[in-house]
Amino acid sequence: MAGVAGPGGSLPQHLFTPGVSSFAEFLTQAAPELLPGHRVLPPGSAAGLSPRATTIVAATYADGVLMAGDRRATMGNMIAQRDTEKVYAADDYTLIGVAGTAGVGIEMTRLFQVELEHYEKIEGTQLTLDGKANRLSMLIRNNLGAAMQGLVVIPLFAGYDLDADEAADGGRIFSYDVTGGRHEEHEHAAVGSGSLFARGALKKIWRPRMGRDAIVRASVEALYDAADDDSATGGPDLTRRLFPMVLLATAEGTSRVPDAEIATLAESIVAERTVNPGV
Amino acid sequence: MTMPFYASAEQVMRDRSEYARKGIARGRSVVVQTYADGVLFVAENTSAALHKVGEIYDRIGFAAVGRYNEFDTLRTGGIRYADLRGYSYDRRDVSGRGLANLYSATLGEIFTNQQKPFEVEICVAEVGETPDGDQLYRLTYDGSVNDFPDFVVMGGQAEAIGALLRESYRHEAALAEAVGVAVKALAGVGGEGGQPREIPATLLEVAVLDRNRPTRKFKRILGAALTPLLPAPPEPEPEPEPETATEETTESSPDGEATS
Repeated sequence: MAGVAGPGGSLPQHLFTPGVSSFAEFLTQAAPELLPGHRVLPPGSAAGLSPRATTIVAATYADGVLMAGDRRATMGNMIAQRDTEKVYAADDYTLIGVAGTAGVGIEMTRLFQVELEHYEKIEGTQLTLDGKANRLSMLIRNNLGAAMQGLVVIPLFAGYDLDADEAADGGRIFSYDVTGGRHEEHEHAAVGSGSLFARGALKKIWRPRMGRDAIVRASVEALYDAADDDSATGGPDLTRRLFPMVLLATAEGTSRVPDAEIATLAESIVAERTVNPGV
Repeated sequence: MTMPFYASAEQVMRDRSEYARKGIARGRSVVVQTYADGVLFVAENTSAALHKVGEIYDRIGFAAVGRYNEFDTLRTGGIRYADLRGYSYDRRDVSGRGLANLYSATLGEIFTNQQKPFEVEICVAEVGETPDGDQLYRLTYDGSVNDFPDFVVMGGQAEAIGALLRESYRHEAALAEAVGVAVKALAGVGGEGGQPREIPATLLEVAVLDRNRPTRKFKRILGAALTPLLPAPPEPEPEPEPETATEETTESSPDGEATS
């Protein structure tokens, strides 16, 4: 079956090669130039070329898992974008957020989304949550060359595990290092420039099996604290009506918390901090 | 000394066609039809795991009859083609017509250049924003392609089933009516003495491309979701059963016709 078109045939054979369920693997044969890891970069640092996406937090709660990110992208001391979106649904039950080089991060996210959907369509079933986390490892590892030249991308991956015995244990979080090392995080995690402050704040608010409203508030508050101390993280922008984006993954699927709800929350947090900024 | 046999090109093509046609006619049939909300696929399938109907992309579905390994190769190729296209351009740039062209070229190439043609017949269905945008492409073993506005029947006694379907098919039918019509047509042939058969729900593979769904329009209709859509069984059941059935589906009038 390897060559459906036969010798001298004009049809692209890689389309009909049996046994490949991975989109990234298919791309290595069909269109390697579309894979981030297959590009040859000239020597030297490329770190200043692209805007950087900043802080992402994730936390488990009673129904699953939450992921939230601020809206700022920076280039050096400049704000490159105020309304960037860096948390996405990767498929029906998982979320991905990217910190680091924005261009490469967006490309990696798109590739990962297609990778999951491609497998699901070809095999007729979804990968397990661990399988998805491992595929993401591979994509990061392929970017190592570029990362060493400064185009670093560090994603945070979270999802609802359909194999979990209890809904409250369904939310799981995975963090990665730049070499593709995969680490499962318990309770909560953060990546990006403001992650130290965000996680510190989250640590003090987080409780096991918090309700939806409480965890959404905790995440917005953690991002507020990150923005308070890290200039690359954007706080709630009340004048332009730009607020952190918050996504949830539960047994029912993924959903984005409506902007209006985040706006009300952010306003109340700002009001609270006006009285006591927690210097 | 061996002399190669001479066979005219006409003869070779005729033999290949006949070979492919025989293989396709042996299988069970698939009906693909448009209905009010999009495209409906109904296949008679003895296996719950080896599908005849599948998702290709957001708005595009696939149905096939014939040899499983051959049409599954085509299905997989179609998914790769669509995902590659959507990844390098945009999701909206993947069209059913492009995919039908790819399949047409592939099947045509195989039919002319390979020893054995593919014993398959496939349908590429695309759901549009409005009913006018719905497209059904039917591709045969030799790569010929046709498009239909209403329905496609493939495999088994396709012509007889097509004739039955034409009698009761309505373009603006709701889902329950469309499923009823398709199942009735499939069951209309192959029974003993020309009588309609009864096809158990477990042997039916049903899926839709529903234009009202978000991004990915393809959805399988399985188990408990399928039962209320099927025509009621011919014998009148004890009272509680029909009552619950009428409560669940408001458009169950064609089901009543099916029982008579």
